[in-house]
Amino acid sequence: MFAYVVRRLLLLVPMAIGMVVVTFGLLLIIPGDPAAVLLGQDATPEAIANLRGALGLDDPWYVRLWDYFAGLLQGDMGRSIFLNQAVSQIIMGRLGATIELAVVALIIATLIGLTLGIVAAMRQGSLVDTLTMLFAQLGVSMPVYWLGLLLMLLFAVQLGWLPAIGRGPPMIDAIGAALTGRPGVLWDSLRHIALPALALAASSAAIISRLVRASMLEVLREDFVRTAYAKGLRRGRVVVRHALRNALLPVLSVIGLRFGALLGGAVITESIFAWPGLGQLTIAAISQRDLPLIQGLVLTFAIIFALVNLVVDLLYAAVDPRIRLR
Amino acid sequence: MSISPSASQVPILAVEGLDIEIRGPNGSFPVVSEMAFTVRAGETLCIVGESGCGKSMTALSLLRLLPEAAHVSAGRILIEGADFLTMGERQVEDWRGEKIAMIFQEPLTALNPVLRIGEQIAEAVRQHRRCSHRQAHRRAIEALTLVQMPDPERRAGQFPHELSGGMRQRAMIALALACDPKIIIADEPTTALDVTIQAQILGLISDLQKRLGTAQILITHDLGVVSEVADRVIVMYAGRKVEEASIYDLFDNPIHPYTIGLMGAVPRKGASAEDGDRLADIPGTVPPLWNLPKGCAFAPRCPGASERCRQERPPLTEKRPGHWAACWEHDDA
Repeated sequence: MFAYVVRRLLLLVPMAIGMVVVTFGLLLIIPGDPAAVLLGQDATPEAIANLRGALGLDDPWYVRLWDYFAGLLQGDMGRSIFLNQAVSQIIMGRLGATIELAVVALIIATLIGLTLGIVAAMRQGSLVDTLTMLFAQLGVSMPVYWLGLLLMLLFAVQLGWLPAIGRGPPMIDAIGAALTGRPGVLWDSLRHIALPALALAASSAAIISRLVRASMLEVLREDFVRTAYAKGLRRGRVVVRHALRNALLPVLSVIGLRFGALLGGAVITESIFAWPGLGQLTIAAISQRDLPLIQGLVLTFAIIFALVNLVVDLLYAAVDPRIRLR
Repeated sequence: MSISPSASQVPILAVEGLDIEIRGPNGSFPVVSEMAFTVRAGETLCIVGESGCGKSMTALSLLRLLPEAAHVSAGRILIEGADFLTMGERQVEDWRGEKIAMIFQEPLTALNPVLRIGEQIAEAVRQHRRCSHRQAHRRAIEALTLVQMPDPERRAGQFPHELSGGMRQRAMIALALACDPKIIIADEPTTALDVTIQAQILGLISDLQKRLGTAQILITHDLGVVSEVADRVIVMYAGRKVEEASIYDLFDNPIHPYTIGLMGAVPRKGASAEDGDRLADIPGTVPPLWNLPKGCAFAPRCPGASERCRQERPPLTEKRPGHWAACWEHDDA
């Protein structure tokens, strides 16, 4: 188990190298010059050329790539061209907000997905089942930016229940405050995250609910479920203890994959709801051609995704004793 | 009628006029018709027939665990005199495992892959007995010891995939016995096992059943198995009982041509191909249940079928004392 985790962590290294090379290649291909963007429309060609030289943009690509890796080895992700700050510092400053949004969205998606999926499977063919699957269809096909705007219109503009944009106090701090007797802070934090998290969670909730339903329907037909009934167990216990636990296995790996989708979705969601996380930063970095920042962001997303999937694999082994991690 | 000495006279389980139907795409069709039998404490009743003859459906209906497409359309299942079919769900759940338990065919799929053997047994105990987790666990280990599971304490902590086929079936039997049920139904308990293990497991089941005085219904297609453990035998064909007799009467004087055919299909000791003593088979196949012939369902395959057999279905009648069969052509003169 320990050896497995170490090996998986070591595998992150070639993955990270690959990610950097691919991103670097893509950035070489796309047009746009950060020096031109930085100096604005009135810049003279000489000024632009000077700045390019100063930023090291005129070096051959292999020199730049080599320098980047040399920096990474020393824990240096370079400096942002526009924010004139270390990339690692910028990312660390915003990482919390994005992880908070993605985790809350994942929790919402899992809770909704599990509940709807189980109910639909238990009442296969009923009205509940049909409505649930209709919801799932809608959830899958509705783009996050549209759903986000609709939610904002309804709950923030029309009803005025929730703030339309921005982030409250960080959730971790808010939970701490609530534990020390100041629940108002947590409430504020929750009110801010509700809409973006819901918008972000919708498609994942839909996918998870469909998967849970299909998986439950399959497991409920298994022999061991019949054995559980034959023992005299109550229906609820059979469903939760015997069926659900087995049905969760395929769902678990999808939940891990959805986390990647949530990070991607966060890029758009954060822009809509002015959520000060990595997503918003990514869009800004791309439009400004802030090459080191883009590199750093992509690398960060990739590592988070890989780590989440490692956790999922560990959970998988914890739920299913037949799986041996080697 | 010969009843084993430990068997009492009062039936623990009585099935009367049981009909089971399956809803198919083209309407319902019967899979079991007019099934009836009784089982007493300490007695072993074998139900024999080919796959698809309705024997497994009959077994599942006794626990009210028929698959969704099937349902009991008529009849009564009396457990200690109470009608199991009209009971509320709560009481049915209370009686499953406690009064009537089942040993399933394939222990690998019938045991939950993600729960430890001990937990699965203890869970049944806790469902029916007011006791602590620790007591339930102890009872689980007792049950595993009872079925001669080697190293029961260690096995209780293992998962089904970590046990051999024979051990899994022992665990399955321990699970069924854990709450001292009055009736045990074993649905082909040895088909998934190696031949060498089969005999062990059968011996174990019948030994425990005699010792504990449990009534047993053994579902099988194997007449060899029947001859070793049965007190009474029911032969089923295409959803109907075609013959019922004590084990001795059945093997000494089988009446129904289907039973005789089945016996011909069992290899006997001392038979050799050189003497022309070849293993007999029954020509033809079982008719589909949704399209049964008008008369006797076995008539198309029967060597002695008459016109009457093809037109009218023979009723089950007592041909000799305690020996019933459904055949027009048998004449016991």
